[in-house]
Amino acid sequence: MTAHSAFARNQWYVAAWSAEVGGDLLGRTVLGEPIALYRTGEGRAVALADRCVHRRFPLSRSRLDGDKVVCGYHGFTYDTTGTCVFVPGQKRVPRTARVGSFPVAEVDSLVWVWIGDRDAADPAAIPRAPHLAGEGWTTVSGMEPVDCDFGLLVDNLMDLSHETYLHGGHIGTPEVAETPITTEVDEEAGVVRVSRHMQDAECPPFYARSTGIEGRIRRRQDIEYFAPCLYLLHSRISPAGQDAPLFETEITYAITPSAPGRVYDFWAVSRNFAVGDPEVSGFLRDANHTVVMQDVDALNVLQRCLDTETEGYQELSINIDTGGLAARRILARLAAQ
Amino acid sequence: MSAGRGAAPGSPVHRVRWLPGTDVLRGACHCGAEHEGQDPVEMWDWLLAHPDHPAPGDAGR
Ligand code: FES
Ligand SMILES: [Fe+2]
Repeated sequence: MTAHSAFARNQWYVAAWSAEVGGDLLGRTVLGEPIALYRTGEGRAVALADRCVHRRFPLSRSRLDGDKVVCGYHGFTYDTTGTCVFVPGQKRVPRTARVGSFPVAEVDSLVWVWIGDRDAADPAAIPRAPHLAGEGWTTVSGMEPVDCDFGLLVDNLMDLSHETYLHGGHIGTPEVAETPITTEVDEEAGVVRVSRHMQDAECPPFYARSTGIEGRIRRRQDIEYFAPCLYLLHSRISPAGQDAPLFETEITYAITPSAPGRVYDFWAVSRNFAVGDPEVSGFLRDANHTVVMQDVDALNVLQRCLDTETEGYQELSINIDTGGLAARRILARLAAQ
Repeated sequence: MSAGRGAAPGSPVHRVRWLPGTDVLRGACHCGAEHEGQDPVEMWDWLLAHPDHPAPGDAGR
């Protein structure tokens, strides 16, 4: 059985899409911490430890009374700070009756939580994805849990040559795997950039159907990975040999380690064309969900195989892995901090 | 492009170019040192050794 990648605790992680957090309690687990999320009447997102102090019943399986959480088992009641304000049958609330709360920041329609040292939580450090909620953009999104080490999902996204093989006929064409990449690493900022610019490539159905381009395309893929959680793929498509029309698609992933051997794969596709076209939205939602599930299935299988390997098994890295290897080093450094 | 941490101007960047039409990787450290090779693991070892970049032909490389 192989060890899982260490978690970097003092970092922001996406726990949910803003739209998922509302007047009902939502349970998520981030870095092994069970969290109950909800939104106050004023619209503020709250994240409490998801275990009642009484008998550990999950608060996410409980109900809200205004802005308070009423435990679904025996009624211990908590305010937005996690302080217990009511216990059944008696006047005195034990002083130690409280559950933990986590710093929350809502940015670009993502709900970020901080699991590490509270004093170090600075919302200004959250990397931005302005297209998700930006004027002139339309976004489709989703989330899939994967039963694998979060490092496998980072590997997957940093090396898009797999589009040719795993996603052939969807987003992959021969040119993706064939085209050399340039990799840039900003160690201090913890950012890895991988660029692959294809001048004359087949147009995969994902872009043919959404843009209406019929012939070959110029296809540029520029990845920015803000370790550990946010991954942006800036995708630009135009007819081969032409600068215009230019179709910009921003593919966003948030990679949130849930527990050892489990990761949340938040995904979104934003576009600045056909923004009001529900047919294009429906097509892109289905198409990207299909692609994400191809990755999910592959990573589930891969993790099960790795689980049978002995510690220190061999890998073989080649040029396509340059970005993924850089990401691994940054993640290891962040986890050691 | 996104704002936030990536925007820090002048923070040192390592760059690895895979030279088109070849299997060669060319790495450039922020200090200006350059290195060519065909193994990305060795390339990151070389880059991250800054400022002690092993010279070509050093033992172990
Ligand atoms: S477990 Fe929550 S009140 Fe008993
Ligand atoms: Fe994929």
